[in-house]
Amino acid sequence: MADAIRMIDLYVMGKQYTVPETLTIIEALEYAGYQIKRGCGCRAGFCGACATVYRIAGDFELKVGLACQTKVEPGMYLAQIPFFPGRKALFDLERIRPSVADFARLYPEVFRCLGCSSCTKVCPQDIDVMQYIAYLQRGDFARAADLSFDCVMCGLCVSRCPAHIVHYNAALTARRLYSRYLAPPDAFLKERVRAIEAGAFDHELQQLIDADKTRLQELYNNRDIE
Amino acid sequence: MVYTPHLQELMKKVEETRPSRVGVHYPRMTAAERQEVLRRFHPDFIEAGFRQLQVGVDKGSRVPLEMADILEAGSRLRGAALDLNRCAYDVDVLVIGGGGAGASAALEACAAGVSVMVATKLRFGDANTMMAQGGIQAADKPNDTPCIHYLDVVGGGGFYNVPELARALVMDAPLVIEWLESLGAMFDKKEDGTMNTIHGGGTSRKRMHAARDYTGAEIMRTLRDEVYNRGIKVVEFCPAVELLLDSSGRAAGAVLFNLETEEYLIARAKTVIIATGGSGRLHYQGFPTSNHYGATGDGLVLGYRAGAKTIFADSIQYHPTGGAYPPQLLGLLVTEKTRGLGGTPLNINGAQFVYHLETRDVESSAIIRECKERGLGVPLPTGSTAVWLDSPLIELTHGEGTIERQLPAMLRQFARFGVDIRKEPMLIYPTLHYQNGGLLIDEHGRSTVENLYVAGETAGGIHGRNRLMGNSLLDIVVFGRRAGRHAAARSGEVRPDGFSLEHVWNYEKELESTGSAGGRVAPILLPRYTHR
Ligand SMILES: Cc1cc2nc3c(=O)[nH]c(=O)nc-3n(C[C@H](O)[C@H](O)[C@H](O)COP(=O)(O)OP(=O)(O)OC[C@H]3O[C@@H](n4cnc5c(N)ncnc54)[C@H](O)[C@@H]3O)c2cc1C
Ligand code: FES
Repeated sequence: MADAIRMIDLYVMGKQYTVPETLTIIEALEYAGYQIKRGCGCRAGFCGACATVYRIAGDFELKVGLACQTKVEPGMYLAQIPFFPGRKALFDLERIRPSVADFARLYPEVFRCLGCSSCTKVCPQDIDVMQYIAYLQRGDFARAADLSFDCVMCGLCVSRCPAHIVHYNAALTARRLYSRYLAPPDAFLKERVRAIEAGAFDHELQQLIDADKTRLQELYNNRDIE
Repeated sequence: MVYTPHLQELMKKVEETRPSRVGVHYPRMTAAERQEVLRRFHPDFIEAGFRQLQVGVDKGSRVPLEMADILEAGSRLRGAALDLNRCAYDVDVLVIGGGGAGASAALEACAAGVSVMVATKLRFGDANTMMAQGGIQAADKPNDTPCIHYLDVVGGGGFYNVPELARALVMDAPLVIEWLESLGAMFDKKEDGTMNTIHGGGTSRKRMHAARDYTGAEIMRTLRDEVYNRGIKVVEFCPAVELLLDSSGRAAGAVLFNLETEEYLIARAKTVIIATGGSGRLHYQGFPTSNHYGATGDGLVLGYRAGAKTIFADSIQYHPTGGAYPPQLLGLLVTEKTRGLGGTPLNINGAQFVYHLETRDVESSAIIRECKERGLGVPLPTGSTAVWLDSPLIELTHGEGTIERQLPAMLRQFARFGVDIRKEPMLIYPTLHYQNGGLLIDEHGRSTVENLYVAGETAGGIHGRNRLMGNSLLDIVVFGRRAGRHAAARSGEVRPDGFSLEHVWNYEKELESTGSAGGRVAPILLPRYTHR
């Protein structure tokens, strides 16, 4: 029942190629003959390596997306962004706190947001980037952490920001601060770690290691399941 | 709606049977049934997909054809003008591979006060670790213990696991969660701080910790950020193409290849940690893969040529739920959490045919059987077959909004290509996912070659012949840290001398004498998908 796959024309950095219409942008580049080195990581929308800008013939809009997560369209003008410089503040997590003052020392540009919303418009993950920047300005690390969580750090926001903010790095710092200092700790985890370090399970585990395969099989097949 | 009219017609059967399936438990297979379905349908049992190695330390052992092809290949360095005495980098510990295992190793080695460098093929973090969605296991609940975890690990692994490695895995697990949290990784929690944990295939306790369905990404970006904070040197787009050994045959560095300038660079070290990840991009038996672009098994090649032994290299994990349609999703992982939350596989009649949380090998084999033997798969416009994964059942069981909250990455990914998984079931088929075996290590991450450590998916023995979900993210941090610590300590004791590639030339000679080189060169570094 295989249907014939339609071929379409598109342009890679201005040159025309004909490719099957079912491909993603990355696959189309490969189909055209490019051996990709930069701009390709997970091929599944998780790593942010493949940020891309493109236009469609006849359309005024400059579009953006993840090349591995965008299907080709007829008349696309494609280019890859191999690298986009972004600043990362260096810090010692044990020596900073989730406070506006500490954060402003690391990422002063966050407080210069012009409110243009370019970052939000460009985000391939549909994150309200400008909103989490606003949370950061207020020192609301919990909300910023929650809202920015699905960020894949592709850097498209940074490429468009007139205030030179490096949103993804600021957000990552915020999440680390939130988790380290504000998220409630799991009470039992500590207890378990102490028990392991005190050797509480050593004996029982050694018995399992010493057990022969038949015995292990029996234990395994009859273990109770939560 | 991207489903064709025919698929939409078939989807109606799923909708018809759905109300009658809510809350109904399909029976698990018996041990005998599991064996039977594995033996007849698991790709590891398809003999035509394997051959015996004719060279090297594991001569005579059986590995997948595609893996044999890269192990029995010549060096990229043949004929290259190289001066081993002109070294670009000279460090105590050289970490090869910037995924979760490499980052963990680098952090621990750095904490021990030695000089560390990470050389990696793509960007730091372009790695399988970044893609892991479902979760990470650790026995940190009152009704669970490392011993119960151990039993799950070895039972899932077919009782082939190296016991000391499985022990290290489960005993370090809660410590790893604590360490990651101390670095600021955000796990899903309840308001009082209690970790949210669920089941995964083959678990007997709910011990899967998650960070939504970006668990690996959360771990990877946190570790990477910390590596930068500590000032550890990271060299990107510079894969290792060979190890250097010293005159006593001990690992003493690597030859790196700058992918952009195409120069070779010598990196000397006192100890070396291979953390190059898996080999899904070799596409064993023609399967699509869930793995990242750089998963070409390079570490196996480097290590094997230097004389490191492998274990269970013929054991490959096929994840039961790879995307099958629309074609842009081919091979991409549908996280096991989808089944953990109660999404069930269904055949063309909308009927369940296997318990949804069997171990991966069993679940995959049952899906292959449903399509290949029973002919009850769903025919796709692409010409292949698949089965449904009933994701809307999750909403029906746990309430509307569950998918958006718990599976945002999946929701987004399918929506990008026109499928709303809250309302429409997914189409799935097994995908090549994980290398269960690899280079043999001990509980400190030592390979069988002196001063050579291996951590992460490249290593073998921990999971026996089948890894359970959530134990790989765990293993890369457990053994990454162990290898980092041990390699750092060891680096203070060694003084390598006489750097050489003799082992490579000797391996090539052996290869020529058997006539099995076939003109191939490895590691292949990047898969070729160009259309010619
Ligand atoms: C889609 C997906 C989902 C998964 N989900 C889960 C899950 O939910 N739970 C779980 O426990 N496990 C999961 N896994 C498995 C787990 O993520 C991986 O096994 C694990 O992250 C591997 O870590 P690693 O550090 O060994 O390798 P990787 O993270 O792959 O890192 C290896 C690194 O080495 C680099 N490299 C490769 N060759 C060279 C070379 N020659 N020189 C230098 N560098 C090189 C690579 O580019 C890469 O950066 C999943 C895997 C995938 C693919
Ligand atoms: S390649 Fe990773 S997001 Fe596209």
